[in-house]
Amino acid sequence: MTAPATLTHTLAARDLRVDTVAGHPVLKGVSYEIAPGEVLALVGESGSGKTTAGLAALGHFRRGLVHTGGAISLQSGAADPVSVLDVGDRERRQLRGSTVAYIPQDPAASLNPALRIGKQIGEVLETHGYGASDAERSARIAEVLAEVGLPDDESYRRRYPHELSGGQQQRVGIAMAFACRPSVVVLDEPTTGLDVTTQTLVLRTVAALTTEHDTAALYITHDLAVVATIAHRVAVLRNGEVVEYGSADEVLRSPSHAYTRELVTAVPHLDGTGATDTSGSVTSPTSASPTSASASGASASDGPASAGARGDRGRRPVLSVSGLSVSYGDHHVLRDVSLDVRAGECVMLLGESGSGKTTLSQCVAGLGEPHAGTVSLAGAPLAASTQQRTAEQLRSVQYVFQSPYSSLNPRKTIAQSVELPLRTLTDLDAAARRARVTETLERVRLDPALAERLPDELSGGQRQRAAIARGLVTTPDVLLCDEVTSALDVSVQATIIDLLCELRRELGTAMLFVTHNIALARHVADRIAVLRGGEVIESGTVDEVLDFPSHEYTRELLANTPRM
Amino acid sequence: MTATTTQPTLLRRALSLPQAKIGLTLTTVVVAVAVLGPWVGPWLTGHDTTGFAGKPFQSGGIAGTDGLGRDVLTRFLAGGLTLLVYAVLATALGLVLGALLGMLAGYSGGWLDSLIMRGSDVLLSFPQLVFALLAIAMIGPEGWLLVLVIGITHAPRVARVARQSTVAVKDADFIRAARMYAMPRRRILLREVLPNITGPLMVELGLRLTYSIGYVASLSFLGLGIQPPTADWGLMINENRIALVVEPWGVLLPVLAIAVLTVGTNLITDSLASAAAGTSKSGEPHPAKEASA
Repeated sequence: MTAPATLTHTLAARDLRVDTVAGHPVLKGVSYEIAPGEVLALVGESGSGKTTAGLAALGHFRRGLVHTGGAISLQSGAADPVSVLDVGDRERRQLRGSTVAYIPQDPAASLNPALRIGKQIGEVLETHGYGASDAERSARIAEVLAEVGLPDDESYRRRYPHELSGGQQQRVGIAMAFACRPSVVVLDEPTTGLDVTTQTLVLRTVAALTTEHDTAALYITHDLAVVATIAHRVAVLRNGEVVEYGSADEVLRSPSHAYTRELVTAVPHLDGTGATDTSGSVTSPTSASPTSASASGASASDGPASAGARGDRGRRPVLSVSGLSVSYGDHHVLRDVSLDVRAGECVMLLGESGSGKTTLSQCVAGLGEPHAGTVSLAGAPLAASTQQRTAEQLRSVQYVFQSPYSSLNPRKTIAQSVELPLRTLTDLDAAARRARVTETLERVRLDPALAERLPDELSGGQRQRAAIARGLVTTPDVLLCDEVTSALDVSVQATIIDLLCELRRELGTAMLFVTHNIALARHVADRIAVLRGGEVIESGTVDEVLDFPSHEYTRELLANTPRM
Repeated sequence: MTATTTQPTLLRRALSLPQAKIGLTLTTVVVAVAVLGPWVGPWLTGHDTTGFAGKPFQSGGIAGTDGLGRDVLTRFLAGGLTLLVYAVLATALGLVLGALLGMLAGYSGGWLDSLIMRGSDVLLSFPQLVFALLAIAMIGPEGWLLVLVIGITHAPRVARVARQSTVAVKDADFIRAARMYAMPRRRILLREVLPNITGPLMVELGLRLTYSIGYVASLSFLGLGIQPPTADWGLMINENRIALVVEPWGVLLPVLAIAVLTVGTNLITDSLASAAAGTSKSGEPHPAKEASA
């Protein structure tokens, strides 16, 4: 992971300045340079200007943005450097794809669904006059497909994008970008929508291609763990300025700028450091956990999971799922899933996309499809639909949605949204409700002054706090958290995780924490259940699962999770 | 209560557009004429709407007389109010009925959706004016029937818009949350869905109002709306068109008023539509605010 020793640069941006049409600065003098074969990571949170800085390398500015100063020079092989922003449109178009290529975030949206993938790659070659004949181009298509680790036979090339998985689509995107052997590639968060295993594969492909062909890569990302895996150098962008620039080791191990330090510490680690100082070992002081001898019988039914749970042995499960199966036609989303959440305990439900984790949490919440098996709350079975559940049952199980951007009614103030469950599920009067709302907002560390605002006037982190407040306002016994951090920026994620841990200590609410990110395990959870293809393939305490994973899939997940 | 948080912003955004200001001015002028006219008219001209003011089609006074020797200006000033009231009532009826049915169809889905929407397809297959003619020919030219028939024929058009907007928000997490909080369907529709579809409904309101004015005027012109001897713009056009070249005011004044009114309401609708399109984007995360978290 050392940068190739070279003095020349392939891509260099000098004092790049971009404003919005309204005059608001987006980039305030950004400079970076990339040597051949080097990967520069452009790191920043949403709104930092990282995509704008990356697209500028292609001479492209999104609608509403104007270039106000600075230059970008691009050097290809022995040729003279070209100033990308000064050449004419025609020449710039010629540069794109042949000298500098772009790999977008969403491969599914960037491939033409109506064209076979071989033809799409061929089009890139044809447009840029690569190769003299069809046969030569065809050979290059096969070659570049092999380079990205895809089959290069004719039948594969005749597939349509929808016949490929997300990872394969992204690799086709990479193949298209590398087809003309560009000297620079710009990658805009290419692994964001991918599962960790696929992400590792894509990252390896990119690393191999850049080293092999001495291609300079500009890797735009918000994920520092990915940066540690792939980048040689890092530029940290904040509000349109590069606040820190240096080798990946320097920046990630000993960050000098306060903001970088904040970002680095915000990254959750598998070993439980970073992100938060509260590890899963905290035993919650629970109000509702009668450690009676008779209760131990109930937890004996949930198989291996309960065996090693330290100190939790005697607790009754507040939420118990047994034999849950859901299927759409012939497709089984969940097969015979059993899971217990005991009072005051946090169980992490880990699964990648398509594992059925959201279906499971929605069945528990009563939003799901009709299902076989039972979901029971403190021993009493819950109806499948919210309409058949009692107010008391609805009050006891609360749900925090993934995206705070869609879980709060944009036309209601925060206070109105938080008050809603109290109005419908409790018989408190208006004054008592208001007092409870204020109290809960304080509890989630949300400024009471924000209570009368609309969600649009709040940041993502503040909205998620409000959504958590809505979940907690009825003092539920179980809180379901469905990927509550994945729609948020890294540093905000860390504060939300911290908040949930603190709340659990203060209130003793049991939690079912649904996530795809195994790195959060030690920060939030007591136990883990790993879901794959609708089945719980492994469950146990955090230490058991992370230190001695028994299933091949868990081991693979752990191996593929990027570390810093 | 929830509506107060959205409407001022949408209206304010709409009214800041130049075409909205022009539209509002035009509409205000015509509405002022229609509302104040019945009282100002007799005082201004010294005649009432049905009494004789002179010989038929005489050019005396400000706008002359009509075929029965009645004062045209007085009749013009008095003839807008009924038209306006009928148009507003018909629009309100169509909007409320259409919005309720559309939201119910969109939110419930399934057989109820099919029933409501296929039912409204049947209504939609009749041209609006033909349907109104049919009803009035059967029952007679009553004011309430005019309002009812125009309102009912508006409803399916409004319902389509309301249904589509409802479908777009019904699976949003905040609606699912409301369902989880055991909110009855009626309240979910009125408190959670309705405030989020006011944009398209406001546009529909403007559009339907424009059409209503046209239909009420047309029906009166055809003799199936407001009946003589009541002064009415649509009716006046019909009564006076035989003397268009001799005494044009009897036709020109009501035609101008109706034209200006429809152009005015249309401009307001347009600006509402562009304002509503602008607000729909605000649901996305605001990048500038992220850093402050």
